[in-house]
Amino acid sequence: MTGDSFSFLLDGANWVPGQSDGFPQRILEHLVFTSIAVAIAFVIAFPVGVLIGHTGRAAFLAINAGNAGRALPTLGVLMLVVALAGTGLVPATVALVILAIPPILTSTYAGVHGVAPDTVDASRGVGMTELQVATRVEVPEALPIIFGGIRNATLQVVSTATIAAYVGLGGLGRYLFDGLALRDYPRVVAGAILVALLAVALDLLIAWLQRVLVSPGVDGRAERAPRRSSRLVDLQPNER
Amino acid sequence: MEFLAEVRKYLEVNGETVVESLLQHIWLALVPVAIAFVLSLPLGWLVVRVGWLRHPLLTASSILYTIPSLALLLLLPGLIGTSILDPINVVIALALYSLALLVRTTSDGLAAVEPQAVQAAVAMGYTPLRRWYAVELPLSLPVVLAGLRVATVANISMVTVAALIGIGGLGQLFTRGFQLGFYTPPIVIGLVLSVMLALVADLAIVLAQRALTPWARVEASR
Repeated sequence: MTGDSFSFLLDGANWVPGQSDGFPQRILEHLVFTSIAVAIAFVIAFPVGVLIGHTGRAAFLAINAGNAGRALPTLGVLMLVVALAGTGLVPATVALVILAIPPILTSTYAGVHGVAPDTVDASRGVGMTELQVATRVEVPEALPIIFGGIRNATLQVVSTATIAAYVGLGGLGRYLFDGLALRDYPRVVAGAILVALLAVALDLLIAWLQRVLVSPGVDGRAERAPRRSSRLVDLQPNER
Repeated sequence: MEFLAEVRKYLEVNGETVVESLLQHIWLALVPVAIAFVLSLPLGWLVVRVGWLRHPLLTASSILYTIPSLALLLLLPGLIGTSILDPINVVIALALYSLALLVRTTSDGLAAVEPQAVQAAVAMGYTPLRRWYAVELPLSLPVVLAGLRVATVANISMVTVAALIGIGGLGQLFTRGFQLGFYTPPIVIGLVLSVMLALVADLAIVLAQRALTPWARVEASR
């Protein structure tokens, strides 16, 4: 890769805010598509996942959603939805939402379902209602796994939103397809690098959110923190 | 019903192209997984054994896995000097994604092997190499193969993206449908074949796992 490949990315003229084909505008578009799709998918998948995980009913639905979601080619789903509903922002968003639901649904189910039965029994024992058990015990305990699902869904959506430029959507994918059509490789490189950086940045942002929102008692941070008393001898017979 | 008739008609006219796409798809999806699987076994072992390697290798894997496939497909030619239309880019990109996933699962699998089993092997005088392939690898297979299932299924669906830059596989049926003015039969045929291929590959690994880990069934039925 020569220095010339970066000429488009490093051209200051492309970084001026406000112009319709500039980087700031395209990054913003990409962020808007992604957050709308993940937010809608979360609103649909999270309550269903909690319900299935809490009651244990229709578990096959939540388990198979994850497998099916992985097997579905994103490009095919996008094309089919656009073929049936037309081009534009709404059909593309529908396709992105369809792809973001399975990881969130499956992880929410798995997280809630995986909470220790003793913990759930204890919560009932101290007089919590089922709703309180779900929202105050099961969901906080399941948060690390649920966040894993949200991260996967976000990556999937950032990636597919890039592809959606093929059917006329804006966002960073525009540089990839316009660059290919114009045989302008520096333009392709700019789009590819920006979308890769955006994906990594979003992943880090969610990881940070997870650290802020998940209780230190749940993800093991509280245990790892040095304690003043106790555990004079670390009993680890299995250490190799 | 009318739609099914259209699908049949499309298959009658374009049957050969569809079969050819399917075969290309299988090749493009499975070769990278095979390469990554072979590489992940020693790498996973290194991650478990060499403490300081763990963090950088797993971090690099997770960053790599984050990069959208189309972006990686288009950046690779510039990095390794191939043509954009060369299928080798797809093979390398997908092998990298699979490797990123498999290094983690393989090291998790090896780390989960019961230390008593390993110690017993040491006591019986197994050499490190024999210990690895006769004790640690078989015992880690359930986790290792679970990772292989995820990587295989993910690859089969990801190969379709390659069609956007003109490389074969079932994804070409999607772009074909697009070029025909959003004509749905090829899109649906591509979707169905791709999902079916993923299911068959997944089932094949499950069956292989059953055959390779007979002790797991005995434990389950106890």
